[in-house]
Amino acid sequence: MFDIISKQLIAPAVWRQTIKAPEIAGKRQAGNFVIIRPKVGSERIPLTIVSSDNQRGTIDIIFQVVGATTMDLAEVESVQDILGPLGHPTHIANFGRTAVVGGGVGIAPLLPIAQALKQAGSRLTTILGARSKAFLILEEDMAPISDQLLIATDDGSKGQKGLVTEILKPLLEEKKIDFVLAIGPVVMMKAVSELTRPYGVKTMVSLNPLMIDGTGMCGVCRCKIEGQTKFACVDGPEFDGHQVDFENLTRRLAMYKSEENQRREARK
Amino acid sequence: MPLNLNRVSMPEQEPEVRCHNFKEVNLGLSMESARAEAGRCLFCKRPTCIEGCPVSINIPHFIRAILDNDPHEAVRRIRVDNPLPAICGRVCPQESQCEAACVLNKKGAPVAIGALERYVGDYAIREGLKAECVVKEKKLKAAVVGSGPSGLTCAGELRKLGYAVTVFEALHELGGVLTYGIPEFRLPQEAVVKFEIEALRTMGVEFKTNRLIGKTHLISDLMEIEGFAAVYIATGAGYPQFMRIPGEDLNYVYSANEFLTRMNLMQAYQGDAAATPIFVGKRVAVIGGGNTAMDAARCALRMPGVEKVSLIYRRSEKEMPARVEEAKHAQEEGIEFQFLTAPTEYLGTPEGAVRTARCIRMALGEPDASGRRRPVVIPGSEFEIEVDAVVVAIGTQANPIIAQTTPGLETNKWGYIVADQNGLTSLQNIYAGGDIVSGAATVILAMGAGRKAAQAIDRALSVPAPH
Ligand SMILES: Cc1cc2nc3c(=O)[nH]c(=O)nc-3n(C[C@H](O)[C@H](O)[C@H](O)COP(=O)(O)OP(=O)(O)OC[C@H]3O[C@@H](n4cnc5c(N)ncnc54)[C@H](O)[C@@H]3O)c2cc1C
Ligand SMILES: Cc1cc2nc3c(=O)[nH]c(=O)nc-3n(C[C@H](O)[C@H](O)[C@H](O)COP(=O)(O)OP(=O)(O)OC[C@H]3O[C@@H](n4cnc5c(N)ncnc54)[C@H](O)[C@@H]3O)c2cc1C
Ligand code: SF4
Ligand code: SF4
Ligand code: FES
Repeated sequence: MFDIISKQLIAPAVWRQTIKAPEIAGKRQAGNFVIIRPKVGSERIPLTIVSSDNQRGTIDIIFQVVGATTMDLAEVESVQDILGPLGHPTHIANFGRTAVVGGGVGIAPLLPIAQALKQAGSRLTTILGARSKAFLILEEDMAPISDQLLIATDDGSKGQKGLVTEILKPLLEEKKIDFVLAIGPVVMMKAVSELTRPYGVKTMVSLNPLMIDGTGMCGVCRCKIEGQTKFACVDGPEFDGHQVDFENLTRRLAMYKSEENQRREARK
Repeated sequence: MPLNLNRVSMPEQEPEVRCHNFKEVNLGLSMESARAEAGRCLFCKRPTCIEGCPVSINIPHFIRAILDNDPHEAVRRIRVDNPLPAICGRVCPQESQCEAACVLNKKGAPVAIGALERYVGDYAIREGLKAECVVKEKKLKAAVVGSGPSGLTCAGELRKLGYAVTVFEALHELGGVLTYGIPEFRLPQEAVVKFEIEALRTMGVEFKTNRLIGKTHLISDLMEIEGFAAVYIATGAGYPQFMRIPGEDLNYVYSANEFLTRMNLMQAYQGDAAATPIFVGKRVAVIGGGNTAMDAARCALRMPGVEKVSLIYRRSEKEMPARVEEAKHAQEEGIEFQFLTAPTEYLGTPEGAVRTARCIRMALGEPDASGRRRPVVIPGSEFEIEVDAVVVAIGTQANPIIAQTTPGLETNKWGYIVADQNGLTSLQNIYAGGDIVSGAATVILAMGAGRKAAQAIDRALSVPAPH
């Protein structure tokens, strides 16, 4: 069992939890994730480690309540099982003028990587997207590490009205960006990758396929990268956005939609 | 006394009943039939059966105790060599091991050693017999990575030898393939697997789940920070292989590991009661001819709504690597076998769900490296079958995590860890065995490797360090 030290609702249906997990905290690097099982009998779901505190032996996660498992996680006081840190840590270097683009709850996995990139000397243009002001998370953590912080909301309640790609495009046009890292909904990562392709700007994305074990044992997380099959849990989760088959990912993510809906309804 | 060739047969659930439930197929021997079968043993002076057992169980010794109506003693005698008798009695390929080597096999009716072993294991479970173990503590710590049969056996053996043993397991449950792979109707989880693992815990073996070695701890952390004097790596060969044909990434094309993990570890066989879903539809095709393919096909068949399960295997029945008993059970339950057939491509619906398996017929050509005749394509023999789900059970490979994170650990060109006959790897005091060394094999071979390595670890650590 892993105790939840604190929990906080940071946006509608978005929780931040600090969990006691000293062994994971000690090994975790930016870009790693964990597999969590809230209760006995729960599904195993992947969540990114947003931050860790080696002294206190804790890790932080931020998650959106979307289905039965995340509903359970929001309610429990301690977590049954946590496995990690998983996945390759992000390749961190000074990439020069870097655009870090986050959408929705994808800003959570983006934060630790942006922090590490900043520390390595990259110049950060941070572009955050959300449905509205209320749904925008982690702005106060992103601001101090960003050389420039730009915001887009669907309804214009904060920053520019529109999509993150509309902010990114002129920057690419003016040749102000050397490297892009985008994390968010699949449609967003796809749009960003399509946008940067003609400019030849290297673009990394963090994929979020379905997972079970997270150790390379089941193959449910397989993604198509440059026509090759890769397991996101052990070969990723970050890949070159210009090589990802997003169609395939979108399709595979919908695989259990009706079963998931059924369980979500039963849970209510 | 004339030879008694009247071999006992294992009672089982009727095929038309069992194909709708996940309860155990084989029902086990009664005391009377177990004793009658024990009475057939000749108690040979040179028991060849023992040579056929990879962990060298003293077979006539435990059979004698059954005959003497002392099952308690039989339990004690088996446990000297094998901590998992109820498991081995169920899943061991006895017909090609101990029973093949039994003298009575020449007459066509070897002693039913596996069934008797299961009888003894089940007796221990029924009576709740804890493992007796008087340990002379050695004050040395040993780590075991992976809790499949190989790791469990090594842990038990090291514990008996006096080591403080910790088993690190990546998943949330212990048992490796015994838990995530082999289905309930062949190997009951709660009653059998958990009991035999608990028996190791009562011996003092410590278990730590949710630890992926190579990530949560490196092998070097275990030695240098955690103070383990030796490590045994038994991580299995659980990395699924695909055929690399078009359409394999369509929805509901599963690796056998995913399918069986959903079913068994995550208990999707319980339908909507389980948190983890599985979709099987009406028509399922399973690709492969090993135990894994049989298990996947028989699991699929038992799910509500399934009308037809086809098993597609590229060689003929004779070459099928599955145990004869498993193939027979599958056939009785109504699995359709398509021998000398291979899929070439999957086609899907506009939503991306698999709908059609395009297949081709094969003929057997010259023998290949494995000595089995190589299947060759019959041109123009393509045909299609309609499917709602496909399970690819064509084998597994070595998981790369430990090799990638352990500098100096030698692996072969397929990624399996290189170890000598005692399990010693290229690194000092680091041993490995089971499927991660041999490639996918059997429960009992994995156990044999674990036992050998434990003894080798003890010899290596018992040599006084030079001053
Ligand atoms: C490496 C990795 C890191 C992740 N990090 C985070 C994180 O930091 N914070 C966070 O909120 N989520 C993260 N996710 C997504 C998270 O795992 C899913 O939201 C979660 O599994 C949903 O579980 P559920 O049972 O609550 O919902 P379900 O009932 O499984 O699904 C509800 C809805 O969400 C969709 N969905 C299911 N799984 C995913 C997925 N993997 N990605 C997107 N949509 C999905 C379903 O199609 C369905 O519409 C990550 C995923 C991966 C692979
Ligand atoms: C479906 C199926 C049916 C089978 N049926 C039979 C049968 O009837 N009879 C028979 O004799 N054999 C059968 N086999 C084969 C047999 O199960 C295997 O040969 C045997 O389990 C191998 O044992 P092992 O201990 O080497 O590895 P495994 O049983 O694979 O166990 C390895 C364990 O290590 C864990 N692990 C992996 N990496 C790490 C890591 N880095 N850190 C921590 N833990 C890790 C895994 O999660 C797993 O629990 C079957 C196999 C399958 C898949
Ligand atoms: S462990 Fe397997 S091979 Fe050995 S005696 Fe038992 S059934 Fe036979
Ligand atoms: S070889 Fe057969 S008959 Fe002889 S001791 Fe072994 S089991 Fe009994
Ligand atoms: S989640 Fe099972 S292989 Fe990646």
